Amino acid sequence: MATASPQARYDCVIIGAGHNGLVCAATLARGGRSVLVLEAAAQVGGAAVTREFAPGFRVSAGAHLLHLMPADLLRELKLESHGLEWAAQGMATTVLVPGGARLSLGAEEAGRGLSPEDAEAYSVYTARMRRFAAALVPMFSRVPPRLGTSAWADRIALLRLGWQVRKLGRRDMRELLRIGGMNVYDLLEENFDSAALKGALGLDAVLGANFGPRSPGTVLTLLYRLAGEFAAGASGPSQPRGGLGAFCDALAKAAAAAGATIRTGAPVASIRVEADRAAGVVLESGENIDAPCVISNADPKTTFLRLLGPRYLDTGFVRRVNHIRARGLAAKLHLALNRVPVFSGVSEAGVRGRLLLAASLQHIEHAYNHAKYGEFSAAPVMEITVPTANDPTLAPVGQHVLSAIVQYAPYALKEGWQSGRQRCLDAALDGLERYAPGLRASIVAAELLTPADMEAQFGMAGGHWHHGDLAFDQFLMVRPVPGAAQYRTPLDGLFLCGAGCHPGGGVMGIAGRNAAQEVLKVSQNSA
Amino acid sequence: MTESVAPHFKQPLLKTPFHERARALSQVDSFIPWAGYTTVDVFTTMEQEYFAIRNATTLYDLTPMVKYRVAGPDALPYLNRLVTRDVAKLKPDRVAYCVWCNDAGHLIDDGTIFRLRAGEYRICTAERQIDWLLDSAIGFDVEIDEVTEQIAALAVQGPTSCAVLKALGLQGIEKLKPFEIGYFAFGPQRLTVSRTGFTGDLGYELWMEPQAAETVWDGLMTAGRSRGIRAIGSQALNVARIEAGFLLPNVDFVSAEHTIRTGRDRSPLELGLGWLVDFNKGHFTGRRALRNEMIQGPRRQLVGLDIAGNKPAHNALLYTDDGGKREIGSVTSAIWSPTCKRNIALAIVDAPYFQLGSTVWADIYLNRELMWERRMSRAQVVERPFFTPERRRATPPAEF
Ligand SMILES: Cc1cc2nc3c(=O)[nH]c(=O)nc-3n(C[C@H](O)[C@H](O)[C@H](O)COP(=O)(O)OP(=O)(O)OC[C@H]3O[C@@H](n4cnc5c(N)ncnc54)[C@H](O)[C@@H]3O)c2cc1C
Repeated sequence: MATASPQARYDCVIIGAGHNGLVCAATLARGGRSVLVLEAAAQVGGAAVTREFAPGFRVSAGAHLLHLMPADLLRELKLESHGLEWAAQGMATTVLVPGGARLSLGAEEAGRGLSPEDAEAYSVYTARMRRFAAALVPMFSRVPPRLGTSAWADRIALLRLGWQVRKLGRRDMRELLRIGGMNVYDLLEENFDSAALKGALGLDAVLGANFGPRSPGTVLTLLYRLAGEFAAGASGPSQPRGGLGAFCDALAKAAAAAGATIRTGAPVASIRVEADRAAGVVLESGENIDAPCVISNADPKTTFLRLLGPRYLDTGFVRRVNHIRARGLAAKLHLALNRVPVFSGVSEAGVRGRLLLAASLQHIEHAYNHAKYGEFSAAPVMEITVPTANDPTLAPVGQHVLSAIVQYAPYALKEGWQSGRQRCLDAALDGLERYAPGLRASIVAAELLTPADMEAQFGMAGGHWHHGDLAFDQFLMVRPVPGAAQYRTPLDGLFLCGAGCHPGGGVMGIAGRNAAQEVLKVSQNSA
Repeated sequence: MTESVAPHFKQPLLKTPFHERARALSQVDSFIPWAGYTTVDVFTTMEQEYFAIRNATTLYDLTPMVKYRVAGPDALPYLNRLVTRDVAKLKPDRVAYCVWCNDAGHLIDDGTIFRLRAGEYRICTAERQIDWLLDSAIGFDVEIDEVTEQIAALAVQGPTSCAVLKALGLQGIEKLKPFEIGYFAFGPQRLTVSRTGFTGDLGYELWMEPQAAETVWDGLMTAGRSRGIRAIGSQALNVARIEAGFLLPNVDFVSAEHTIRTGRDRSPLELGLGWLVDFNKGHFTGRRALRNEMIQGPRRQLVGLDIAGNKPAHNALLYTDDGGKREIGSVTSAIWSPTCKRNIALAIVDAPYFQLGSTVWADIYLNRELMWERRMSRAQVVERPFFTPERRRATPPAEF
């Protein structure tokens, strides 16, 4: 062995200090394990980081809102005592409507701007969707059951899921089963008249997904997002002071306080195998680290195909991993502005919230059509925040930052991102200018991160939000693939803990915590 | 991959380069499809052809055997992850019989691997496997091409086969050891010869360019005239292979890629091929599943049966007792062995009844002029192969 310093041996090595890796580290350290986290990038957080994109201007470079992080996990890790502060909580949603009318979906102003019929339908719809989401909540914090086994634990878990749905009562259960496999376009058309409302609700169903509103399964993705928010128990989207990176810094402090060691700038080259089990990792520097338990926060494709390598895996398993659909479609736009952006008809309070640019379901579907054929959307849809409206520390005094998720921007752009980048950026700016006249003139600097950029910067295969599409066939007990859906993998001692696992991506930390619990269980049994 | 130029919509079955010669010798017009080719089932009578295998020399057209070329820097690690045997032990110019499994350790197919030149291998198998072979190549620097149509193949088998090849002019053929590959000139043609076969007898397989096929066939027929040479079809070969204890896909096992019902897949341990599984060579597909199976012990096993009487136990169900109360397996292949003078079969038998020497009962149905009779026959689990003559391995083989 190259280096056998006394610190070169840990109970657990975690590859990647994304938020899930950090939650996993903290949980394992609290469970009494010696833990080392190895992060390729110079800072922790993965796709939840804050970084400077223009001199003096900082932004949450990947995820920009926290809406899925469970309150109990925040408490459990005492993040507030590790430096987490909120710049905004319970942020309202404002729908940008052409012509400057205004539609608010935030807690207090909910329904403002709707016809009485739509307002009534909206409250019925939200109540029902919340009941459905609540039925799905118990799935989140559990290890998904395995299918086709005769183990009682698996059967009970499946029964419990069925029972949750049954408990909804006959009418709701029937409705859930009816809409469960539908597309969100049809669902919203059934319920509402307002194009803006339908656009806004439809956007939530496809944000970060490889779908348009007419794609099958989009009601499921919407319910799933709602269930995640419901499980979080939070009052709505929130913004940590200092951006999502500051949130991950607090996670890292919590992990360190529990005893975990975190090293950044330490990319892992490969997972070492001895006697058919994971035995540690080798860093790109050549350094060797021994650990009987290796947990990967990297996406499943990277973990299995690159870090471990197919020669330690069976062909059928590799075939399934190779088929994981993980091509990102969401780009990220960062603008440095010399004044606060003004959106027609949107109040100052609105700018402190979440702004949705999706004029109608047709708008989203048309935007998606481009992506199907390898083009970026000519008129993209967006989720926009102005982080500096809540947190002036992110920009020089009086100046501002705009952060937007821009869809759709396919990972494998047909024309290539070399020439496509500027044209895609222009399309996004044109779209914004329509709702915020004069915005262009206030731009000091602009940055567009394509999925390919995010793959390079955050190490996520395909630059995919969830490390792999969240869809019926890559969901729950088949996520990421059968044979690795319980955080364990075919190789003893190797575990997964990232967004590629159940319950998927978004900054929620549940995959990290579930994985840690599974590791604790396995190592207890074998101890 | 080579594109076939044959207009398949007009003629679904291809003709092998030996087809015209086979057609000319066929007396009973008995052809069957095999892997996309039309091939001979019987030329004259099955018995006549079978006895030529055991007493003289036979020609059998092997061209439809599916062949893949495997080359590239990772060819060896690739093959070692694919099959259960340690291919690193395969020396240049040698052939190894191998099986490959899916993740569950169930057999996808069996076949032979030829180590042709440093870094280049050939896989010969009964069925097309390209998708499995390509998926197995993910992450390996290896090239895989199907070369079935580029290589004509002829099995030359029987006690006088070495003498026939010598008479054909293949100098030094008698030095070729079992599972060895040699390269010979025959006039302007180049022949690759491996001492392999499916008969369990002395025999060789000749691999050549399709253009050489007819010349080689004619040369062999001339060289073998005084040594009883005869073209044979699949029926006669089937009798010989059962005597030799070889398995036939879709008869003795169904590929795990094709089974639909649960419990129909077979592992190499169940098929009595445990000797092909090397747990010490590093990882291969199915290893973890097979290890578990090893620890638990196989639930059933393919064995040889010696059955009382002379009625082949085709498709017979097997029981623990002559009352037929407890079913414990079934026969997959059965013949009256003309050489052993025994009523033999290959059968899948449940644990623990597959132990050597144990007695089982075969429920044999006999059709006697349209009247079905049932006979419960005592059978004993015996060693395979049933027939393995000295001459199969002798180097040099006897002169004729
Ligand atoms: C454009 C965009 C916008 C988003 N917006 C939101 C949002 O507003 N709200 C929200 O909740 N979610 C959002 N998401 C989703 C969210 O960012 C991700 O799902 C989440 O960050 C994934 O976290 P993770 O810890 O599982 O993985 P990651 O954050 O991807 O972390 C994996 C870590 O592993 C490291 N790594 C990989 N390979 C190696 C190696 N070989 N050696 C060492 N380290 C390695 C990486 O560097 C990385 O730090 C967004 C995603 C995208 C792409």
